[in-house]
Amino acid sequence: MTAHAAFAAALLDPDVAVPAGLTAWNGVDPMRRFAVYRNNVTTALTGVLADSFPVTQQLVGEDFFCAMARVFLRAHPPRSPLLHEYGHDFPAFVAQFEPARQVPYLADMARLEWLRLASLHAADAPVLAADDIAPLLADPAALPGLRLALHPAAAVLQSAHAVVSLWGAHHGVGALAEVDPYAAESALVLRPMLEVLVLRLPPGGGIFAAALAAETTLGEAAAAASADPSFDLAENLALLIRHGALGALRSSARN
Amino acid sequence: MTLPIETSSSSLRSESACRGGALGPAARGHLPARAGVGLKPQHFQDILDSPGELGFFEVHAENYMGAGGPMHHWLTRIRECHPLSVHGVGLSIGGQEPLDAAHLARLRILLARYEPEAFSEHLAWSTHAGAYLADLLPLAYDGRSLRRVCEHIDEVQMALGRRMLLENPATYVEFADSTMSEADFITEVVRRTGCGLLLDVNNAYVSAVNHGCDAAAFLAALPLEAVGEIHLAGFAVDRDAAGEPLLIDSHGSPVADAVWTLYEEVLQRIGPVATLIERDHDVPDFATLAAEAGRAEALLCRMAASTAEVCA
Repeated sequence: MTAHAAFAAALLDPDVAVPAGLTAWNGVDPMRRFAVYRNNVTTALTGVLADSFPVTQQLVGEDFFCAMARVFLRAHPPRSPLLHEYGHDFPAFVAQFEPARQVPYLADMARLEWLRLASLHAADAPVLAADDIAPLLADPAALPGLRLALHPAAAVLQSAHAVVSLWGAHHGVGALAEVDPYAAESALVLRPMLEVLVLRLPPGGGIFAAALAAETTLGEAAAAASADPSFDLAENLALLIRHGALGALRSSARN
Repeated sequence: MTLPIETSSSSLRSESACRGGALGPAARGHLPARAGVGLKPQHFQDILDSPGELGFFEVHAENYMGAGGPMHHWLTRIRECHPLSVHGVGLSIGGQEPLDAAHLARLRILLARYEPEAFSEHLAWSTHAGAYLADLLPLAYDGRSLRRVCEHIDEVQMALGRRMLLENPATYVEFADSTMSEADFITEVVRRTGCGLLLDVNNAYVSAVNHGCDAAAFLAALPLEAVGEIHLAGFAVDRDAAGEPLLIDSHGSPVADAVWTLYEEVLQRIGPVATLIERDHDVPDFATLAAEAGRAEALLCRMAASTAEVCA
């Protein structure tokens, strides 16, 4: 084991002994000094997760969140110095984290917050404007074969819980006490200008937008979303266009 | 060299950003010998509203490696009007493993995009076996690590096509394996690679206290002629197992008086050099941070005046 391997192992796991070969000018036990590094690493990474998943933290409290984050970071240290990419697998970890089971919507909140972070740093790209789609409407027969992709900064989350309402209530939109957390909601995350927005999609909208994100045709996406009898294609398409959630057309490929 | 001070607070409302072309290509090349601060998102708008107040801004490279979005939007606008220093924290130059080629490639793209006047990294390591440890970790100062650090710096300077500045670390432990002092190690790295020195006066003070050394003697033993930029920051005070002070390089408080004193001594030796106030925790409002930078700027001006240069 190299010196740095021993140092790294002891940094992440407090049960691993302080690496050999550390000294101090006054001959003291280096444990307390090494602890500065341990603390720096843990504080930095739990801080990154707390910054990236703020509502997830509010839902369980700071102490619980930090304890959960410490378990996570020991098993999943960052694989890159780009810390805005750290936490991609945190929602899946939360879903499997036994002590968090009593907050069944916690993992979906973490998924929503991850999508927000990904949206913030996503590539800049032109959106599909209403003017772009007008010519397509002139040929209704071709519409079902059209492939509309989501903008790089747009994403959809279909949840069995009221993630959008819960997220909104933690940002001053609506009262938390009035949210039924067990009402299914689908979130649309997007970055129309410089700020990331979270919108609640209408019935069937989650299926529809997720199908578009999977690059199915407009016809297939509409057919899938029609599993929800309240789905309204025109309403959903207008919403996605109005908020700049669709990317510019790459081609009007037909089946 | 002094830069024209932009006084109109409204000049940045327009898309053309900087009036007067104060920072056209000819003005780029090296950081001005003025004070700057670390660029924080909460200060973006304040900075655009008060151009010229500070000499330069510094960003952590890794914070601007996302594909797009507001971070690039704001940095692009601020860079149009201010000299820029890009400061890497993730290259792991002191690591025992090869440099991360993908990360070096990202750096090359970032520097090509923003063309900063300076690029710096740390005499430390942060990655091992693919795990990024989010801290600047210490290394033993021996012949093997000297060769490795020099190879890494050669590789960086080759890949980036520019001279880099290497920052002296703040450390909390020493190594039984070390065969040379930190100052001798840094001197040799600078001599072999031709890199410059980012002199972190706070780190020098923190390390000197933590290792029972004299900070002024440590500074005097460094290759000060290679200094291309200075960092100043605040530390926190802890105690080691014997109750001796253990200073933590926390970047969470104003610069300490002892560090200001050392800074003045350094300026007297080497003259005015671009100086950054680093603040990463408990970040105050922009006016407060700019005022602290103003203290460094005043010292730089006094130094410049004493060497017969005119201060704006």
